[in-house]
Amino acid sequence: MMGPDVSWYLILSSFLFTVGALGVLLRRNPLIVLLSLEIMLNAANLALIGFARHLGDTAGQVFALAVMAVAASEVVVGLGLVVALNRNRVPLDVDRLSTLRG
Amino acid sequence: MGDVLVWVIWIVAAFACLGSGVAVISFSNPFFSALALIGNLASLAVLYLLVSAEFVAAAQVLVYAGAVMVMFLFVIAYVGGRADAPFEGGPSWQTLAAVIAGGVILVDIVIALGLTTSGRLDDEAEVAVDFGGPAEIGSVFLTNHLLAFEITSIVLLVAAVGGVILGSERRR
Repeated sequence: MMGPDVSWYLILSSFLFTVGALGVLLRRNPLIVLLSLEIMLNAANLALIGFARHLGDTAGQVFALAVMAVAASEVVVGLGLVVALNRNRVPLDVDRLSTLRG
Repeated sequence: MGDVLVWVIWIVAAFACLGSGVAVISFSNPFFSALALIGNLASLAVLYLLVSAEFVAAAQVLVYAGAVMVMFLFVIAYVGGRADAPFEGGPSWQTLAAVIAGGVILVDIVIALGLTTSGRLDDEAEVAVDFGGPAEIGSVFLTNHLLAFEITSIVLLVAAVGGVILGSERRR
């Protein structure tokens, strides 16, 4: 095969996942937390597609498409929550959204 | 010659991908973060093309960089891009702990990958020319993975209904 093999894809995928996890841990704005979640899902997709090519099996790509659909659903619900919070004048700060704390 | 070209494209796309990912989590304005994520998704689509995942790359650009991010940008414009500066006031213990946790996650992933895949990633499968094309993806989706396909459509339907319910004004 020409170009990088699956191990390079796995390395890039793990770095990308770490970037997304850092975004979730560091940022306080729920919109940016959602964007970081997208980065993490895409890191998983990258590993899936790298393995699909490595094993010559289309199932990995099919699963990546399913992950994409789940990510779209997650964005719909997350953005719905953000809009609902904004309408109720709740500050958009995950540190101050502590109503559900047990 | 073609090999070198593929490597160059891969490295450029990989650095664009990581750089725009870091930009997403370091811009204080969510609008710029969303724009950086579009760049991230586009460079990922280039990486998908290099492993002959043409249909997934097209879906990535259409569904993600197109539809999902447009919705993101609309909501950010509606809510208003209030900044939370990520590193204001110097490093706090929270920032430090988050960075350490991120490093631990990375080390964890690398060790787990190294232990499970060492020496087993050498022989790569030969694939046909139409590997990853729409015809093959479609036939696999509708035969071997039909249940996953149906469940995905139900998940999308439930999410759409949930979005409408969350977004609708409650009658008082």
